[in-house]
Amino acid sequence: MIKPKIQRYKQPRTISEYPVGPSFQAGHLVFTNSNYRTFKPIIDITLCVGCLACYATCPDGALFRRGKKVSIDYDFCKGCGICASECKAKAIAMKKEEPGRNE
Amino acid sequence: MGDEYSIKIRDLTDDEYFFGHKACGGCGGSLAVRLSLKVLGPRTFAVLPAGCMSAVGFIFPQMAFAINAMISTFPGTASMLSGIAAGAKALGLRDYAVVGFAGDGGTADIGLQALSGAIDRNDRIIYICYDNEAYMNTGIQKSSLTPLGARTTTTPAGSKGTGSRTTKKNMFEIVAAHGIPYAATASVGFIPDLLRKVNKAKQTAGTSYIHVFAPCPTGWEYEPSASLQISRLAVASGLWYLAEYENDGFSLNHDPGEFIPLRDYLSAQGRFKHLGEEEIRIIERNRDEKWKKIRRDWKHEERTL
Repeated sequence: MIKPKIQRYKQPRTISEYPVGPSFQAGHLVFTNSNYRTFKPIIDITLCVGCLACYATCPDGALFRRGKKVSIDYDFCKGCGICASECKAKAIAMKKEEPGRNE
Repeated sequence: MGDEYSIKIRDLTDDEYFFGHKACGGCGGSLAVRLSLKVLGPRTFAVLPAGCMSAVGFIFPQMAFAINAMISTFPGTASMLSGIAAGAKALGLRDYAVVGFAGDGGTADIGLQALSGAIDRNDRIIYICYDNEAYMNTGIQKSSLTPLGARTTTTPAGSKGTGSRTTKKNMFEIVAAHGIPYAATASVGFIPDLLRKVNKAKQTAGTSYIHVFAPCPTGWEYEPSASLQISRLAVASGLWYLAEYENDGFSLNHDPGEFIPLRDYLSAQGRFKHLGEEEIRIIERNRDEKWKKIRRDWKHEERTL
């Protein structure tokens, strides 16, 4: 499957270690986006009907297919809540994040 | 009513070609880019001028595009697309797409002449404009696709002004007036329709243009979770329409019939909060005039959206 992945980034030390020209490897990630989040979507998988509305409407692609249903990649979920508002089965609830979880 | 270009959400690839980007939560533009690339596939060359999607997609060493993607000059999206198309052709490549994702400013203001040139040459490229109705990336400045009355930082609302004084430029019909092989308007609120149009553009032998309505929670001032609802309200209130242009002329994909009250759409967004009854009447009059022409002149083929 093609998908950008978190990779270890080695800080260049000498000029020869910098990329040649303004180009770099595609799909090379070094940070997650979970620190955007104030609210966290929780899927009640027993209510999920597998319609994939959440998967199709997530601007971040944080929802992925698992079997006939879906699962959330919390590393890349920004907590915008589109999935919860688009879920017709009301299987996704937004829950406030615990304070200080990023410290 | 589906046709041979329709794509089911179930049939979309699990690959993510735009992932890990730093767009705001609930960004309509990034959803348009993500879904378009899922339709176009891994053999795609993407060009992004200065704008939100290049700002959030290429933050070295955080590279959110999994395909060949590059940043062009602000006015040069379409000319760089032409160059890539010519290069790919010279190399004898097969089965690929060349796509540009530009914002409303990069399309209707700054990139218009390069786009016009590319359509004139009929290069085989896809130009997708994600329209969030202002220069959002630089801090919400008015563009020529900002609608009448919208508050931006360069058209403030208050005692001295009531937001944007100009109406939204009709980019779709400007492009269609070139006699382009395929042009369409779409919206992130109607995903099957958007997928179908991107697929149709992919199979068009010549230039194609898709104008995607892409709400911006930061600039329009609404809750991020409402992005898709806002898109659907825009269509239901008649301020955005879903249509296509091909050789046989314009066709409307969806007629909302009786419009919902404009207030329902406008008051859902902070950028229109200041508008009084009189300004809303002007917006309503403009809308009704436009729809009178659409209903009179365009074919109407209702589609399932």
